Amino acid sequence: MAINRMFRTCPMTGLKVHEPAEALIKANAVAAVIFLLVGGILALMVTLTRWQVIHLLPPDWFYLVLTGHGLNMLVFWIIFFEIAVLYFASSILLGCRLAAPRVAWAAFGLMVMGGVINNYAVFRGDSSVMFTSYAPMGAHPTFYLGLILFAVGALVACFVFFGTLVVGKEEKTFNGSIPLVTFGAVTAAIIAVFTIASGAIILIPTFLWSVGLVDHIDSLMYRTVWWAFGHSSQQINVAAHISIWYAIAAIVFGAKAMSERVSRTAFLLYILFLQLASAHHLLVDPGLTSNWKIFNTSYAMYLAVLASMVHGLTVPGAIEIAQRKRGFTKGLFEWLRKAPWSNPVFSGMFMSLLGFGFLGGISGVIMGTEQLNIIIHNTIYVPGHFHATVVLGTTLAFMAITYFVIPAIFRRELSFPRMAQWQPYVFALGMTFLSLFMMGAGTLGVPRRHWDITFAGNPLAHEFPGTAHLMMALAAIGGILAVVGGTMYLLVVVHSVFLGKRIETPGFQRVRVVDGYAPRPTRPAAAALQGHGGTASWSAPGTFVLAMVFLTSFVLYYFINWKYLSTVWPLK
Amino acid sequence: MSAIQPPEHRIWWKEPIEPIEITWIVIAFVWCIFMFLMMPYWHVFGKQNLANEAYRTTPEVYTAKAQAMVDKFTIREETDQKIPVVKPPAGSDVYLIARLWQWWPMLELEAGQTYRLHLMSMDWLHGFSLQPENINIQVHPGYEHILTVQPTKAGTFSIICNEYCGINHHTMVSRLYVVDKK
Repeated sequence: MAINRMFRTCPMTGLKVHEPAEALIKANAVAAVIFLLVGGILALMVTLTRWQVIHLLPPDWFYLVLTGHGLNMLVFWIIFFEIAVLYFASSILLGCRLAAPRVAWAAFGLMVMGGVINNYAVFRGDSSVMFTSYAPMGAHPTFYLGLILFAVGALVACFVFFGTLVVGKEEKTFNGSIPLVTFGAVTAAIIAVFTIASGAIILIPTFLWSVGLVDHIDSLMYRTVWWAFGHSSQQINVAAHISIWYAIAAIVFGAKAMSERVSRTAFLLYILFLQLASAHHLLVDPGLTSNWKIFNTSYAMYLAVLASMVHGLTVPGAIEIAQRKRGFTKGLFEWLRKAPWSNPVFSGMFMSLLGFGFLGGISGVIMGTEQLNIIIHNTIYVPGHFHATVVLGTTLAFMAITYFVIPAIFRRELSFPRMAQWQPYVFALGMTFLSLFMMGAGTLGVPRRHWDITFAGNPLAHEFPGTAHLMMALAAIGGILAVVGGTMYLLVVVHSVFLGKRIETPGFQRVRVVDGYAPRPTRPAAAALQGHGGTASWSAPGTFVLAMVFLTSFVLYYFINWKYLSTVWPLK
Repeated sequence: MSAIQPPEHRIWWKEPIEPIEITWIVIAFVWCIFMFLMMPYWHVFGKQNLANEAYRTTPEVYTAKAQAMVDKFTIREETDQKIPVVKPPAGSDVYLIARLWQWWPMLELEAGQTYRLHLMSMDWLHGFSLQPENINIQVHPGYEHILTVQPTKAGTFSIICNEYCGINHHTMVSRLYVVDKK
């Protein structure tokens, strides 16, 4: 069977686009957006139920909808999009053909099937076990089966990605090392393989238990292994969205990493240390020693946190240097003030960076500290934190890159450009509200995954302070705003992709490549551009000031939490 | 050469690092080590730490111990369900059962005294959340978790379940009384 070696040259970027890769990127991105739509509708219902004044759903529906919201967003939307990112970062950035497109289609089919089957299980009503599905609470067998099929599909897609790297190397479509963004994608894919393996170790026995072939699942074992899957999958997101930050800095500003060595080492630290993640979900569990908790939860002395702090400096630093080269050199922040804030690709990316760092990153380290976890565990602080990391961080970065992908890959102009321009702001503002007020309510003890914090009709009802109810209402308003932002995104994306104006390219080329070799690199081997690595000057002072502001907030908030902890009942 | 293209120099790992980066890495690393050391520090000098004490056991054995405590130290019953309120002596072992969808029994403790509080679930996972103190502990079936607690002030506290445990999860709430020493 002949290998499809048809490419087109992208007039926007000059990239060589392999036709099957392009089709697969489209398919995965469309599937992602469909699951985002489902998850978004469920998000609105969750928000309107937890706002006690409205209290939309009855309890059975609330727990069902919350389960569906978690799965559709955290698993299906994000991972479909990540597979599209992997194909883009390999085939398109390397200008090589995608390895085994038919296998990639099979992977796509498995993932769609898994997603649909899992949703079927949830909407049956007997699988309202939440995203975490903690045994010994059991779901319908199809719940686990759907997840397993989806995971197998995602694993196959990861291997298509690795295969594509091999093809690129073999067919010599690029010189030297792979680009930094591809390196970040490799990081994501390696973590994904670990994640999916952990998922298999826990979900396959649980599936067998649900059909009666295994008679006991230990709850502590389940939580330990499940979180190696559940949290590591969030680390795939981190690696993926940081790659997207670098990609957007490169696309919008032509920025290059301050130094390849630092950025790549930081990615490497993720591979080495992120897998210890299951620990920080188990800080108040019995049966695990403090030594185990301290070592693992700190990701071996916070080396992965260090990596994120490094990316947090090098991405805006690269942008600052690129902007300064263009002449925006006045003061500390002209480069930032004069950045293209009306371009959603940039504004979305930069707000993703700020939200992930300031809200998600700091709160994550706080709640992942062994003792501090006592005053946070399972309160609504936890979803407050991860809406900052996964939604403000990952989802917003994915939304931002979509505004580049639509013209570049779908070859359509963005519909409703004004709406697209405002979308990242509306979404980020809503999500910031939601995260902050959830964290605030969590500090006051409000539990997560709870239908009624007024305990109506219960003789032993606990009365939360009025502030807690106020914060839940404000969080809900933030949630509604975020849903509006999400709707704007869906409108722009769906309209552009299906009804948007086609971009006609004068001199459009389909490149037929002789069997055996993809297009040779057109770039001269010795680049003429002057690198800025190695200059002894203080190249990005504005970014450094931002980093110090970040560190100061981090340190202050860290000690506020210890102070708060020191006032609760002594425990040992 | 931007981040979406291969590095400019083949031997990119020998390029010198920007001074701003190295400064930040050093600062961030020092902070990371500080945060790491803070946890062992609190184990030595702080007052809020979890014990490493936990045992595997069965619901039957655990219930028997809780029942023995209830038989001995019940001072009154509350609500229509006649949940016993137990006032065990200071320093003793106190058993709390978590089950669908109830905490059993209710406890009355004295301020300033220490107690060995045992927590275990009879069925699914539950979450011990003491409000408004905001102390949150995971409660597992099959694992008896023992914490030494010292209530600091008198008052009526609530124990809510903050681990989702099924359709009536939100009804799983109880009281914990702390009284001044007589």
